[in-house]
Amino acid sequence: MKAKTQTANQITEKQTEHISGAEAVIKCLLAEGVDLLYGYPGGAIMPIYDELYKYQDQLQHVLTRHEQGATHAAQGFARVTGKVGVAMATSGPGATNLVTGIADAQIDSTPMVCITGQVGKHLLGSDAFQETDIVGISTPVTKWNYQITEASEIPEIMAKAFYIARSGRPGPVLIDITKNAQFDTFDFEYEKCTSIRSYKAVPEVDENQLKEAAKLINVAKKPMIIFGQGVILGKAELEFKTFIEKTEIPSTCTILGLSALASKHPLNAGMVGMHGNYAPNILTNECDVLIAIGMRFDDRVTGNLATYAKQAKVIHFDIDPAEIGKNVKADVAVLGDVKETLAQILPFVNSNSHEHWMQEFKKLDAIEFDKVIKDELYPTKEGITMGEVIKEINAVTKGKAVIVSDVGQHQMFACRYAEFKQTKSNITSGGLGTMGFALPAAIGAKMGAPEREVIAIIGDGGYQMTIQELGTIFQTKAAVKIVVLNNEFLGMVRQWQQLFFDKRYASTEMVNPDFVTIAKGYHIEANRVTKREDLSKAIETMIACKDSYFLEVCVEKENNVFPMIPTGASVSDMRLS
Amino acid sequence: MNTEMKLYTISIYTENNIGLLNRVSSIFLKRHLNIESLTTSQSEIEHVNRFVIVSEMTEFQAEKVAKQLEKQIEVIRAYYHTDEETIYQETALYKVASDSLFEQRQVQNIIKESHANIVTVSREFFVIEKTGRRHETEQLYKDLKPYKLMQFVRSGRISVTKEPMNISEMLAAF
Repeated sequence: MKAKTQTANQITEKQTEHISGAEAVIKCLLAEGVDLLYGYPGGAIMPIYDELYKYQDQLQHVLTRHEQGATHAAQGFARVTGKVGVAMATSGPGATNLVTGIADAQIDSTPMVCITGQVGKHLLGSDAFQETDIVGISTPVTKWNYQITEASEIPEIMAKAFYIARSGRPGPVLIDITKNAQFDTFDFEYEKCTSIRSYKAVPEVDENQLKEAAKLINVAKKPMIIFGQGVILGKAELEFKTFIEKTEIPSTCTILGLSALASKHPLNAGMVGMHGNYAPNILTNECDVLIAIGMRFDDRVTGNLATYAKQAKVIHFDIDPAEIGKNVKADVAVLGDVKETLAQILPFVNSNSHEHWMQEFKKLDAIEFDKVIKDELYPTKEGITMGEVIKEINAVTKGKAVIVSDVGQHQMFACRYAEFKQTKSNITSGGLGTMGFALPAAIGAKMGAPEREVIAIIGDGGYQMTIQELGTIFQTKAAVKIVVLNNEFLGMVRQWQQLFFDKRYASTEMVNPDFVTIAKGYHIEANRVTKREDLSKAIETMIACKDSYFLEVCVEKENNVFPMIPTGASVSDMRLS
Repeated sequence: MNTEMKLYTISIYTENNIGLLNRVSSIFLKRHLNIESLTTSQSEIEHVNRFVIVSEMTEFQAEKVAKQLEKQIEVIRAYYHTDEETIYQETALYKVASDSLFEQRQVQNIIKESHANIVTVSREFFVIEKTGRRHETEQLYKDLKPYKLMQFVRSGRISVTKEPMNISEMLAAF
């Protein structure tokens, strides 16, 4: 009798339902707005897959061909949508295969929730079949992780996982769920997480910092902005554009900042970093005020720190207090969400013009065009260059495509030359430099933005690291366009061997399979281009294709990416050849 | 910023969760910093734990380590302090064979002069406890070493700051 009353109370007051932990996981995902996830089943996660089967009309599960592919697909989805990507795997090897993608998401601040199955609680620590300490393994590369051993923990922990993954500086969260917690039943009730007492997602904006920053900006004669992915993650593209247009400050980006500002915007001064543009790198060491916005002064951006922007006052806008002063000392730190800080600083900054200073950029741009870009985009030699492939893609897509690049020379060419008209259009593994990223990430990007053209640009090395995801493309009919720039080398490593190791090409030459036949084996339409005169037509055909398409372009074997800041050199010592 | 290597005491106020020790220590590992000592216990606030970690580094590193620690979801606050800014102690236990206590007059004098306490005495051994600075427990170790010192163990540093931490007010405001 007593029990009956209790149940009645619960129904009226709490709206609970008695379900299994596995079903609760699905309900949590639905409550968080997830309708698509990537994964690979296995023993310890079978109860959850069983529920996925029942809920397949509400929640689409994409079976990748390897768990690493699931993480990169979730990343691609997250990067193109701004939503949390979800990847799922079983215990043991399934879980360890997620680690590369998790590390990639951590260093590139990508919101992702990974769910792994785990052996039953009674088996923990017994070296059971497919048991691995994934919480221990993933700790250094997750924003947060947690092992659930009781079904009743699921709602609260899942809510925290999504809140942590997407709030503040986003990042990956891993939730490990023991098999007993998936099977056990409990009274389910879901409440979204909105705060955690030990975690301050967004620091409060300090008006004094804004005023200090504005003071420096207003008196600057040669100000320069370096913006990063923070502008995109903070959905602050408009606030950023308004800010730079009022202050008229030349704005240069990091690799992950690409596409936050249209490539052809008059204030877009290109990309900084090792293979970035000549003008912004050189002028980093000439500007009087350096304004960093949502970027973290990675070593590939700064070169030698001892000689980096020493003459400049540095203003650093960031959401993460740990980034302030980590690599470059900030004279003024503006903590907070850039969407707020950039809007709030606007009344304090003067409308300005920096005509003379802008000319400095134009002069150096002309040198870069003459010494590097001209031969890259309009080559007169026989071999096809990677740059001209990107140029031809621009000509067809008009800068509207999502460009997903892998890691290596082709990535630098894609990032240097691809035209971007809208935000969230550049998806690449920036911080971790994960070869094999692009093919699965492109699948996620296409599913996240089905209305957009998604083009994966990959080298022949990285392509073979996750080539099995062609199976996912074939099965899901994701209309991804795949361009492999084949130079039969691990090109970037070969370039370094040529420049710094006296051309000793240790293990960088690739003997490749017939990529076109492989693509056709997966029933993906495929073509190969070896001659310049066939290139633009081939790209047009690829873009015109409604389905997925594979295009191999055989490019010049030993071309190098320039300009280049050699490791340990100063940004102002950038080499043009 | 000072680049001189010295001992820093890192104090971390945290939630009491499984695995947090791993997360905290990984921040030292990632920077190739050796942990001299590590103690965790309950803090002055209910359900809030406190880590006291001693490690040799530069002030530049200490500041960055503290920021990275504080960034962790379950870390409430992280601070770093020099020895001068803290009151700190360690505790050592010395297990000595009983016959030396009874047969060697020396041993009784050592205990008396060191202000150590005898915790327990049995037929076979006795246990001495000494709380103090490192050099004091070290000295007693050296003094007792010749007299059948069967076991020696020293705790990690525990410390409180001279300045107030304001952590309680901070938590109350959450």
